[in-house]
Amino acid sequence: MIKSFIARLKQGYQTGKFPHKDPVMPDRFLGLPELSEGACPETCSACMDVCPTNAISRDADGLQLDMGRCLFCGKCQGNCAEKRISFTSQHDLGTFTREGLVRTAKSGYSYDIQPDKAISKLVGSSLKLRHVSAGGCAACELDFNALNTLAWDLARFNIEVVASPRHADAVLVTGPVTKNMLLALKKIYEAIPKPSFVIACGTCAISGGLYADSDQTCGGLEEVLKPDLYVPGCPPHPATLLDALVRFMGKKPR
Amino acid sequence: MEANFLTLSNPGVAALGNLPVVPLDEFRRSVISGVNEDGWGVSSFFSVELDGRNLLICVLRDDSSSKLHLLSCEVGKSYKSLTSECAAFHWFERELRESTGIEPVGHPWLKPIRFNTDESPDPGVTDYFTLGGEGAHEVSLGPVYSGVNESGHFRFQCVGEDVHLLEISLGYQHRGIESMLVGGPTKRTLPIIETIAGDSSTSHTGAYCQLVEAMSGLQPSKYAQMIRGIAWEFERIANHTGDLGALAGCVAFLPTQSYCGRIRGDFLNMTASLCGNRFGRGLIVLGGVGYDVGKARAQELIARLDKVVPDLENALDLMFAEQSVLDRFENLGTVPKETAREVGLVGMAARASGLSCDVRTHLPYGVYGEHPVEEVVLNGGDVLARARIRYDEIRQSLSSLYRLLSSLPEVSPCVSGTRDISLASDSIGVSLVESWRGEMCHVALTDGEGRFMKYKVVDPSFHNWFGLAMSMRDEQISHFPICNKSFNLSCCGHDL
Repeated sequence: MIKSFIARLKQGYQTGKFPHKDPVMPDRFLGLPELSEGACPETCSACMDVCPTNAISRDADGLQLDMGRCLFCGKCQGNCAEKRISFTSQHDLGTFTREGLVRTAKSGYSYDIQPDKAISKLVGSSLKLRHVSAGGCAACELDFNALNTLAWDLARFNIEVVASPRHADAVLVTGPVTKNMLLALKKIYEAIPKPSFVIACGTCAISGGLYADSDQTCGGLEEVLKPDLYVPGCPPHPATLLDALVRFMGKKPR
Repeated sequence: MEANFLTLSNPGVAALGNLPVVPLDEFRRSVISGVNEDGWGVSSFFSVELDGRNLLICVLRDDSSSKLHLLSCEVGKSYKSLTSECAAFHWFERELRESTGIEPVGHPWLKPIRFNTDESPDPGVTDYFTLGGEGAHEVSLGPVYSGVNESGHFRFQCVGEDVHLLEISLGYQHRGIESMLVGGPTKRTLPIIETIAGDSSTSHTGAYCQLVEAMSGLQPSKYAQMIRGIAWEFERIANHTGDLGALAGCVAFLPTQSYCGRIRGDFLNMTASLCGNRFGRGLIVLGGVGYDVGKARAQELIARLDKVVPDLENALDLMFAEQSVLDRFENLGTVPKETAREVGLVGMAARASGLSCDVRTHLPYGVYGEHPVEEVVLNGGDVLARARIRYDEIRQSLSSLYRLLSSLPEVSPCVSGTRDISLASDSIGVSLVESWRGEMCHVALTDGEGRFMKYKVVDPSFHNWFGLAMSMRDEQISHFPICNKSFNLSCCGHDL
C-alpha cells in the first residue's frame, strides 16, 4: 500500500490544462486547412491528382476542400506549386453541419457553440455517449479512449461513455458504416430514448473516407443517420474531439 | 521434403513462372510435412485465378534457415482439407471456402469468418456449437460492448460459471480492403494500408512498402530504414504500455491503469513529433520516409524518453510487485506450447507460450539487419506470461530506440514520395514484418502490366483469435475480459 502512495507522489498531477489553456500540438500536426485566394493555372490539377479521397474540387468560384473527406495527409499542400493550400496547426475542426466542413478561400471556419438552444438545454450539463464502431480501424476508437485517460479526464466535462443505449443521449459512430454493422447501429440508435443525437467521429464516419466506394460499406453515416455533430480527422486528435463535444453541449471551451 | 519449394528471403520477389505448380497430393504432403515435421509457420494460404486455372498458394516461414518457402497446386471445386492433418490451416481454409467457394473436404468447422457473401449475408448468423444438459447455458456478447471497442461477437457455452467453449464470430468490420487493392498501386493504396488496423499503421505500411520496394527495385536509404525502425518501436511500446494499463484495469488495480493510460499517450505524442500523426500515418512512404528526423529532433525525443521511462517503470514495477494482481494473472488463460504450435499462434502471444517466432530475429528486414534485437521468449502461456513479455519487450524496444535515435546523423538524407514506381510484371512478392502483436504477411501478385491482380494481407489477429478461444476453455466466464485484453486482438485487421 505504501508503495502505491509513493508512486502517486512520484507520478504527480498530469492532467492537461484544457480548457483553460490550449493543448500543445506537435509541430508537424496538420490541422485546419486554409486556401488562399487567387486563380489556379487553368490546366493544373496537382492537388486533386494526389488526394486519396478526392476531397478537393474546383468550380468557377475556385478551389474547395471538403474536410469531411480529407485525411489530413497534406499531400495536396506538398504538390501545389502555387502554395494555395496550407494546413495550419488549429485543432478545432468540429462542425454542426456537413456544409460547414467545406473550406474555400472566401469562407472562414466558423467556431460555433451549439446553435440549437433546445439541444444545449438537454445535454448542457451532462452528455452520455454510446459508442459504436461501424468498421473503424481502431485509430478513432483509441484516440476516443485516450480522452478517458487522466491526461484528458473526460469526466471533468460531464461527458461519459455509458454501457447501455438506454442510458445514452447520443451515439458516437466511428468507421464508414460497414454493411455488417448497419443493423446493429440502427438497433442501437432506436434503443436510445428520444430526443437523441448522432455524432460522426472521423472522416470514415462522415463521408466513408477511403471506403466511400467500397461495396461492403454504406459510405459513411450521412445516408443512414443524419449526424448532429461532425468531427473530422483520420483519426481526430483527442483535443479535436474533446473541443467538439464540449461545444456540442453548448459550452465555450475557450 | 519432397517438393522443390520456391525459396525466397524476406522480402522476396520471383517471377510467377518460377512458382512451382505441383500435383495436389504432392502439395499436401510437402506443405503438411513442412509444418508438422520441419516446424515451419503458415504465413499465408490463399487461392488465385491464373491463366484460367485456380491455384492454391501457400507461403511458409522457415525460422531456422531465415527463408520463406512457396508452393502451389491446381485446384478444382474441392480438395482434401489440410486442417485435418495440420490445424494451423483451419482459419485459412474457412476464409478460402467463404471467399472462393472452393471446398476443403473434411474440414471440421467450415463456417463463415467475414459474412460478406450472398450465402451468408447476415453477420453472426451461423450454426453455433451448443451444449446440452443440466446447468448448460449460452452467453452471447457483442458485437457492441459497453466501452469503446471494435465490433465482434463472442458466444460462450457454459456450465455454471465455467466456459466449455468460446466461439468467436467476426466480420462486422469488413470493409472489402483486399478487393479494393486489386489494380493498384494507386494514390489510395498506401492510405488504405495505413487503415487496415489503426493500432498497427506503421507495421502494415512497413510491410507494404518493403514489398513494393522489392518488386520495383527501390532501395530506401539506411537512414530512412532507421526512421522506420524508430516508428515501429514507438508503436510497439505505446501499444504494450496501453495493454498493460488495461490489464491492470481488468483486475481493478487502478494506479497502473491510470498511469499507463497517460504514458501510452506520451509515446503516441512522440510518434506525432515525427510526422504529426499519433499513429505514424504519413511517416512511412514508398522509397523511404515522408519526414526527416534530424539530430535536434532526435535529441529532443531522447530527452522526452528520459523523462517518461522512469514513470513507466514505476507504474509497471508497482503492478508486478502486487500480489493481488499476480494472483489473478497466474495460471489464467493458459495456452500450452503444444497448442500454440498446433493452432499456429504468432507474435508475443506465441512467445509467451514458449515458441520462438520473432520475424525481426529470424527473418530480419529493414533496420533489424544492422541493428538486431534479441528475441524474448517466456514459458507459461498464461496471462502473466503475456503481461511479462510485454514489459520485457518494452525494455528491449527502449534500448533499440535509444540506440537508433542517438545514431541518427545531423540531417538524415531520405527519399520521400517517389511517385513513379513500376512493379515487376507477372511476379509474386512476399513481405513479413513483426508488428507489436505479431507476424504480418503481405503477398502481392502482379499482372502483365505490373498491377496488383491479387493482394493478400494476413494480420497477426487472423492467426491468434483462435488462441483466445483456446485460452478460455474451462476458465470462468468472468475471466474473459482479462484473457481478451492479454491477447488484445484486432477485429478490423482480421475482417479487412
